[in-house]
Amino acid sequence: MQFNIEINNQQYSAKRGETIKNVLDRIGIHVPTLCYMNGFSPTGGCRMCIVEVEGIGELVPSCSHLVTEWMKIKTHSPRVLKSRKVLVELLLASHPDDCLYCERSGNCGLQDLAAEMNIKERKYQGRRQKIQIDNACPSIVRDPAKCVLCGRCIRVCDEMIGVSAIDVIGRGTDSRIGTSYNKGLNTQTCVKCGQCIMVCPTAALSEKSNFHAVIEALGNPELFPVVQFSPTVPASIAEDFNIKASKDILNLLRAALKKIGFRQVFDASMAADLLIMEEAAGFIERLNKGDNLPMFTSCCPSWVSFVAESKPTFLPFLSTTCSPQQIMGRLIKNYIASSAGQKSENVFVVSVMPCTAKKYEADRDRMKDGSSRNVDAVITTRELVKMIRLLGIDFANLEPEPSDTAFGMRSSSGNLFGISGGHLEGLIRTINHMMTGQEMSTIKISELRGLKNKKEVKVKVGKTLLNVVAVSGLANAKTLVEDIESRRETYQIVEVMACPNGCINGGGQKLGSDEKNLKSRMKALYDVDDEEMIKVAHKNPIITDLYDKFLAKPGSERNKELLHVSRLKSATT
Amino acid sequence: MKELLAKILSKYPAGKKEGLLPILQEIQKQQGFLPEELLSEVGKYLNLPANKVHGVAAFYDQFRFRPLGQTHFKICRGTACHLYGSSNYLSELEKQLKVKAGGTSRDRKFSLEITNCLGACESAPVLQVNDKYYPHVTPEELAKIIRSFKEKTE
Repeated sequence: MQFNIEINNQQYSAKRGETIKNVLDRIGIHVPTLCYMNGFSPTGGCRMCIVEVEGIGELVPSCSHLVTEWMKIKTHSPRVLKSRKVLVELLLASHPDDCLYCERSGNCGLQDLAAEMNIKERKYQGRRQKIQIDNACPSIVRDPAKCVLCGRCIRVCDEMIGVSAIDVIGRGTDSRIGTSYNKGLNTQTCVKCGQCIMVCPTAALSEKSNFHAVIEALGNPELFPVVQFSPTVPASIAEDFNIKASKDILNLLRAALKKIGFRQVFDASMAADLLIMEEAAGFIERLNKGDNLPMFTSCCPSWVSFVAESKPTFLPFLSTTCSPQQIMGRLIKNYIASSAGQKSENVFVVSVMPCTAKKYEADRDRMKDGSSRNVDAVITTRELVKMIRLLGIDFANLEPEPSDTAFGMRSSSGNLFGISGGHLEGLIRTINHMMTGQEMSTIKISELRGLKNKKEVKVKVGKTLLNVVAVSGLANAKTLVEDIESRRETYQIVEVMACPNGCINGGGQKLGSDEKNLKSRMKALYDVDDEEMIKVAHKNPIITDLYDKFLAKPGSERNKELLHVSRLKSATT
Repeated sequence: MKELLAKILSKYPAGKKEGLLPILQEIQKQQGFLPEELLSEVGKYLNLPANKVHGVAAFYDQFRFRPLGQTHFKICRGTACHLYGSSNYLSELEKQLKVKAGGTSRDRKFSLEITNCLGACESAPVLQVNDKYYPHVTPEELAKIIRSFKEKTE
């Protein structure tokens, strides 16, 4: 039902069931928010979005207050402005004064609010909570002193990821966001996805930085630093340097990584191609034997960590292949290093990922002797941007550099891993080829594309009908797993990505990414699939060459050590 | 401890979170505190994440996460007791028992707790030791009480 309401002395139409904030957003009136998150249930906790409504004594939070007919609203009256200012001043009262040295300076919700409210001095002196920084987790660091208790991280962890690793502890002035029994985040159900970092307005949550380890390695003359990057990195970097995510961006990124000092640059998409080959072979074996179906993908470390922690009975259903990051790391250390005339212990493998969980994954996967790692350091897209800036590299004006390593070729299938559904799409192309000996008539599976949390399709491969589904957002995967458990749904392959829409929206991406960013990152990946010549993993010449010279045929026992993990021994790599 | 928990849980329907508070209260009644390993079991039974169970428990003053000492002191910090200077009593207790409010001494002899109101405002300031109330406590009496319990537990 439509009716009129009055906002700041002007009339607007509104619908029953809308909140005041919905209407304000539509007509373009900005009210500050802190705890509000689009798409999540409002809590009205921070009171930042309060407005004055005629006839109601107290100020009401616009994010959760519903409109009624002929409501008269004032969004920026002197009373409202004064209250908002006091609210921000109270938040600042117990906040550390270290903006100059803060990770989030210049990109901080609290700083923005203070600027918006024109706050120039510390009005109240509050009690500072002395809670230790929690940095035991290899991916995420919590600094409760900087927390403003907006609760966004809790809601993301509950509603989007579904693991509830953090919660409000205590009450009143003692309340803080923490873990049960004050233990480190590493001991909790946390899957290290980093979505909490993405919604944190301050530096209370941040990634565990490997920035300095990488800078140090780059300066060490004894080391041979090489780098691999995830398929989503080029498009995301383009946003940071305000350039169009065109074809050239890949070569610009390569040039930048070379300038930083990496001796060789690898595209992890190639490892994804290899993963597809092994996984396709593994799947066909399962299909023929009829056991351990549905097969769940295992490229997302947060998902693997969730299964190991919370659904261990599903471990046998996970694909046994390592993630592309670890396959690349293992290949570099075991094969590529020697072909480049380097000892594997001198090669320092860095990966650039849109993901915080990859830090944890790399930490777990050790070489055979257990001492050295296959991937030595993982940095997020954010850390790479910082590094490019620190080293004074003028990204937009670099001379694009084509791939120079023998392992630079990729198929667009491997590249599609960056988005939910893409892994599955590439995998089916190769499964089809392995089972029928032919390519699919239409290679694009449009049902698996787009920004949706659950994408399913029935594909005919030869005479077999495969029911497959791609699900993203770990909470949605949890529901799906329960459906499969209770046999409400039967699938042959299930692709899971913990972050909504997959790695394009990963916890290591640019802070403050919005839907426009996601769409452009998605488009960049799909464009590659349209434009590139090699669209299927099994036609990547590097891959066929590797199988000819170094590996046994896909899925065979000999490849296990290099490309697979035993889920029972080390569930998390 | 597991058997005790199973007995408590059997009284409440599985997967229904309404049972959370009474279950926690019973555990605390039997154990004197909420042991960590039991909380995750409670979570499993009620289909609640362990962190949520802890979060709820941490909200209420009545729940403790560390075992009680042999002698348990409760000092009332309600309005009436506050006006009679109970904050000084609290700091004296902390100093003498060498334990912070909400904590238990390392030798597990003493524990100290702040309560919002003991419901005996007419007798303010009130101290409770184990099950006994001490009404209208004076600073001298407090010193005596502490001394006598220290001697008792030695």
